[in-house]
Amino acid sequence: MIQAASKKLVVIGNGMAGARVVEEILARAPDRFDVAMFGAEPYGNYNRILLSNVLNRTQKPTEIFINPLAWYEQNHVTLHAGVKALKIDRDRKVVVGKPLKRDAVPYAAGDHGVDGCAPVEAPYDHVIIATGSRPFVPPMEGFGKPGTFLFRTIDDCERIAEYAKDCRKAAVIGGGLLGLEAARGLLTHGVEVSVLEAAPQLMIAQLDPEAGAVLKTTMEGMGVKVLCEKITTHIVSEGGRITHLLFKDGSRVETDMVVVSAGIRPITDIAVASGLTVDKAIVCDDQMRTSDPDIYSLGECIQHRGKIYGLIDPIWEQAKVLADVLTGLNPAAAYLGSRLGTKLKVMGVELASMGETRPASPSDEVVIYREPKRGVYKKIILRDDKVAGAILLGETDTAPQLMQLFMGGTKAPDRRSDLLFAPAEGASMLQVFDMPDSLQICNCNGVNKKQIVDAIRGGCGSVAKIGSCTKAGTGCQSCKPVIVQLLEAYRDAGSADRSEHYYVPGVPLEKSSLVAEIRKRRITSVSEVFAQLAGGREDAASKVGLASLLKSLWAGEYTDERDARFINDRVHANIQKDGTFSVIPRIYAGVTTPSELRRIAEVAEKYKVPMVKITGGQRIDLLGIKKSDLPGIWQELGMPSGHAYTKSFRTCKSCVGTDFCRYGVGDSIALAQKIERRFQGIESPHKMKLATAGCPRNCSEAYVKDLGAVAIDGGKWEIYLGGAAGGTVRKGDLLCTVDSHDDVLKYMGRFMQYYREHGKYLERSYHFVERVGIETLRRLLVEDSAGLCAQLDADIQKAVDAYVDPWKEAGLPAYPGQFSAPELAAVLEAAENNG
Amino acid sequence: MADTLRLVILGPVEKVPMGQGFCFIVGSEEIAVFRQRDGKIFATQNRCPHKQGPLSEGLSGGGVVICPFHSHKFDLCSGQGPDNEQLKVYSVKEKDGQLLLSLEPQP
Repeated sequence: MIQAASKKLVVIGNGMAGARVVEEILARAPDRFDVAMFGAEPYGNYNRILLSNVLNRTQKPTEIFINPLAWYEQNHVTLHAGVKALKIDRDRKVVVGKPLKRDAVPYAAGDHGVDGCAPVEAPYDHVIIATGSRPFVPPMEGFGKPGTFLFRTIDDCERIAEYAKDCRKAAVIGGGLLGLEAARGLLTHGVEVSVLEAAPQLMIAQLDPEAGAVLKTTMEGMGVKVLCEKITTHIVSEGGRITHLLFKDGSRVETDMVVVSAGIRPITDIAVASGLTVDKAIVCDDQMRTSDPDIYSLGECIQHRGKIYGLIDPIWEQAKVLADVLTGLNPAAAYLGSRLGTKLKVMGVELASMGETRPASPSDEVVIYREPKRGVYKKIILRDDKVAGAILLGETDTAPQLMQLFMGGTKAPDRRSDLLFAPAEGASMLQVFDMPDSLQICNCNGVNKKQIVDAIRGGCGSVAKIGSCTKAGTGCQSCKPVIVQLLEAYRDAGSADRSEHYYVPGVPLEKSSLVAEIRKRRITSVSEVFAQLAGGREDAASKVGLASLLKSLWAGEYTDERDARFINDRVHANIQKDGTFSVIPRIYAGVTTPSELRRIAEVAEKYKVPMVKITGGQRIDLLGIKKSDLPGIWQELGMPSGHAYTKSFRTCKSCVGTDFCRYGVGDSIALAQKIERRFQGIESPHKMKLATAGCPRNCSEAYVKDLGAVAIDGGKWEIYLGGAAGGTVRKGDLLCTVDSHDDVLKYMGRFMQYYREHGKYLERSYHFVERVGIETLRRLLVEDSAGLCAQLDADIQKAVDAYVDPWKEAGLPAYPGQFSAPELAAVLEAAENNG
Repeated sequence: MADTLRLVILGPVEKVPMGQGFCFIVGSEEIAVFRQRDGKIFATQNRCPHKQGPLSEGLSGGGVVICPFHSHKFDLCSGQGPDNEQLKVYSVKEKDGQLLLSLEPQP
């Protein structure tokens, strides 16, 4: 069947706004329009928010593409990549463009088309202008010379990176968000970076002066020099190289290169050239229509109700409205403006800012919290009990809640501190249930809670799958922890049985609520949990899980009731099929001595041990031991417990490493011994089996261990997490590469503590690492993006210090009868009248 | 005529650690006695009908014991387990701090 000819839609601009509106339109009506797009850059569409990652080399350019060129083909969108649209011929209803010269700057004003090249013409029924903005260069002398740069495109990043190779010092003009991101990027290229801001403080659009000062201190701690109130008048060069900058106040700063990132201005050239109404930007109505009813516009190039927006959220809203209007799905859809709030990371520092940054009148209520040592500053401005503005710097855990109150204009809770501090760990799960469906979770890609929950219900079981289905979490990734929480909260939402969410079957609470209640009531024993939270009814199947949770919550204050332990943990040995036990003493890294072996042999003979077996973990197992013999055997062995019976650090295998092996490049034995001595007995949600390998040949199977360290050439060690070679086989994920044994111990300890705190009971590391994601772990544990590391290091140290060899109970049982054999009872042939 | 029961004094109640089980050998039988934190006391055969796991080493509470071998669960009052597995149960009580077990009269 032949369909009526599709209407022709031409989109000018292939940035975040242009590509997004096309996606929205295709989602509503895939065949309604013949779509042609003009993009001045010779690429598909990429996530401009992530450019700083390209500059600092944490992401490759290919990794930030949202829609690669193939996407356009698949969706039958004609993309004129590298072609700049110059004019809309409104009489002929044709958009006219020219291919750009190879090295032309795509956002520069004016015609930089290839000379003599025929113009590209695209006829239209409708046009959407999404030209975005270009960097603003404040008036100064010398900009444009070699060594001066702007920071707006992938090509800009590459030019900056290339030039920085020969530089010692770099200056960034502009201390706003983009300027700081440029500074962060430059740091990774080994140059000394100075940030020069004209205003008296950093990030004046998002922060108040005090927050600006806190950020300045944090930045200086990272090695960036920050100078405020510096207005650059001259960029001075000698012999084709920049030497220094001159400021209005007469001072100067030496530098070898300059990146200008001092704000943006809307690109309106084509609208002006085509006779559309342009004020500060292209003027649009609530349906995103310009002064020509066939021409629409959205994004940073428009002025709506007198306002220009420079953030991503308004674009997502505008794209939805425009798609509704243009496809006829809802011709009356209206964009009513955006309340601006943003949560982002500046140089790895968490920041959320919304609304006003300072009080407008004395009746405004201002709540401030300062913690300079951690670089934390929080401020909330309330007007008539509603949030009028907020700044969260350095710690943003209450940002979603604040954003919700701010966007919705709803009354804030009376206890203002609830707005500043997240409740005790775990309670956050309640919050994700409380979030409204419309709350935007991923700000980079404009994905709300409902879309994510729908994806989870549709079967997306991991952050990565949710990302490929909804794009959520694929941008700056700062929303990933929330997605993880949503995943946990809604994973089983399809099933009607709420009890599936209970942490243990016998207490009707999810983990978060359970933790909150335990903390609130200061419950330190398993029996008290039943007494207070389960109506006094004990549940045998819940005891062990509760014990594990309480121990991790209270550590030293935990009241250890031995009946809440599994038999193995009561007697520190592994029960066997005939009711006897196995005894595996610790043999650090599998290295033993003749005298140790002799002692083992003597014990085995004396106690008539039925089997002596070498284990898979490079140790020796004495099998078939009677419970009552355990204390004697331990004492005669004189070796500590190998913990081969419990949910804890088990062992660290090693290969012979550098001592004897011809291939070894790292001392795997010494490392494994250090690991085992440090972490022996550390309890965890499930067992942890480790290994170290002296070279990538992996003889000790370190790649497939819960934690593994593999030596590589150059004295380095790779640390792998979440490997498995049991019922599940999985190669571990590389966390990081370090230079020393000490660093291996540091990062392994950090991971263990994080796993102890966040793993579910009986969740092996390979499930945990998959659930959280190695990228998130790397950010948390290596880059310390959430500022957790110091605490994790301290807490694992506490656990290490608290280690006591459980076999010491041999001489002093924890309770009478701990190692008692069944007792022979004498039958009294006494009769009792039972009538 | 009144029933005649064989009575066994197992010893002080503290022989069974609080919240746990303990195995007594009575004649040729292994009998597990469980002492719950709420004061209730139960007695069953010690061996799990499934694979002979020692139930006295299992986790118990709320009138239930879980076998340490394969987590089969049994009601301590009735002896009822999964898949029609059935434990022998015995009457047991505390008197003057002593555990008294009654064995069914021999047929």
